[in-house]
Amino acid sequence: MRGERKIRVLIAKPGLDSHDRGAKVVARALRDAGMEVIYTGLRQTPEQIVETALQEDVDVIGLSILSGAHKALFPRIMELLKEKGLTDIMVFAGGIIPEEDMPELKKLGIKEIFGPGTPTEKIIQFVLENVPKRK
Amino acid sequence: MEEERKPLAKVEEIARGVLAGDRRSIAKAITIIESNAPEAKKLISLIYPHTGKAHVIGLTGPGGSGKSTLIEKMVREYRRRGKTVGIVAIDPTSPFTGGAFLGDRIRMQELSTDEGVFIRSMATRNYAGGIAKATKDAVKILDAAGKDMVIVETVGAGQSEVEIIKVAHTIVVVHAPGLGDEIQAIKAGLMEIADIFVVNKADRENADKAVIDIQAMLQLGDRETAWKTPILKTTAITGDGVPQLVEKIEEHRIFLEKGLGFKRSLGKAEAELVDVIKEIVANSIIEELKREGIFEEVLREIVERKIDPASAAQKLLNKKFGKTH
Repeated sequence: MRGERKIRVLIAKPGLDSHDRGAKVVARALRDAGMEVIYTGLRQTPEQIVETALQEDVDVIGLSILSGAHKALFPRIMELLKEKGLTDIMVFAGGIIPEEDMPELKKLGIKEIFGPGTPTEKIIQFVLENVPKRK
Repeated sequence: MEEERKPLAKVEEIARGVLAGDRRSIAKAITIIESNAPEAKKLISLIYPHTGKAHVIGLTGPGGSGKSTLIEKMVREYRRRGKTVGIVAIDPTSPFTGGAFLGDRIRMQELSTDEGVFIRSMATRNYAGGIAKATKDAVKILDAAGKDMVIVETVGAGQSEVEIIKVAHTIVVVHAPGLGDEIQAIKAGLMEIADIFVVNKADRENADKAVIDIQAMLQLGDRETAWKTPILKTTAITGDGVPQLVEKIEEHRIFLEKGLGFKRSLGKAEAELVDVIKEIVANSIIEELKREGIFEEVLREIVERKIDPASAAQKLLNKKFGKTH
């Protein structure tokens, strides 16, 4: 008898801004799509996010940021993931991120960046299509 | 989602990692038992000889009683005392979507980068073998990984939670003033299993009334036991009362070791063995019945209200084994 392998997603808010409405809406949408969503709350350091992803053995990380500190925080998170050998985790981001910053962030390995007003169906679809196949 | 079959060597590698306390291996091992992957049995067989060292605490109580915050403060106290801690935090799976929102870490995130602490969130899912089994196995993994204390947190709302919490040596039932009829829930299922009662949020004005309510409940029970279930007051947000709680848990551990410990272990082992046998036997019978085609047939009769489920089960078993009852 075999149980089902669920998609596990970490929704994390790096940095100092204290608005988590967007993160919670996405968390709820992914939960309603049948995923197990781990939410960490506000003001997470890159170290806390990566360590949480490791302990929870997630398939996907969704980063929400509104503070403008993405250029400092995202590279650090991606670097720590690499350091810990967690490169099989798919990372996407959302929040307030200027268009011109996107190519650079994607080069770091962030798979997709969603701006304000993105329909949650689109995010669900994206996660389902891009969730890494487990080895 | 179909995962690829992992070669057995990989399980052995993960088991070795668990025993060495490697965090990535612990995480992977819990995923294996969580998804009831084919290698789960092998994994448990490899680590089982190294279990039995951790003191397992079950912490339960109604939503809003402050369990996660209390655990965070308890862990800090244990760390001060040089102990390592594993935490399994359980939240319900939505029966409608199969998804889950696991938010217990929110109150514990500052612990996440402490090397001596490992936190894992688990959803109740629809486990083959039950959430209680998955939880027991997760506890074994953290135990084998060398954690001195393992804390299992769950919302104490029903029978399945009572089962989950039975994996523990010491059961702490948390209540808070002002939760109204929540005390009914405690009465209904948790009273008999509590080794320690905690009234959290003791800075609130009705805290003493909550203590009196629980005292009254305890006096109703006619059990004559060597361990007198204490009622402690804590204020998790400030940490008040937490050292006393940790001390009381330690007292309970010593109490168990002195007397009932081994007997209780035998009881737990029996319950677990019986559960596993039931699961294996039931699954193999059900699979056979399905192969023979009579299962489907009877299912239809139940849906059409021609027979009730209990009678149907009896009928199937009679057909299979001859009349036994």
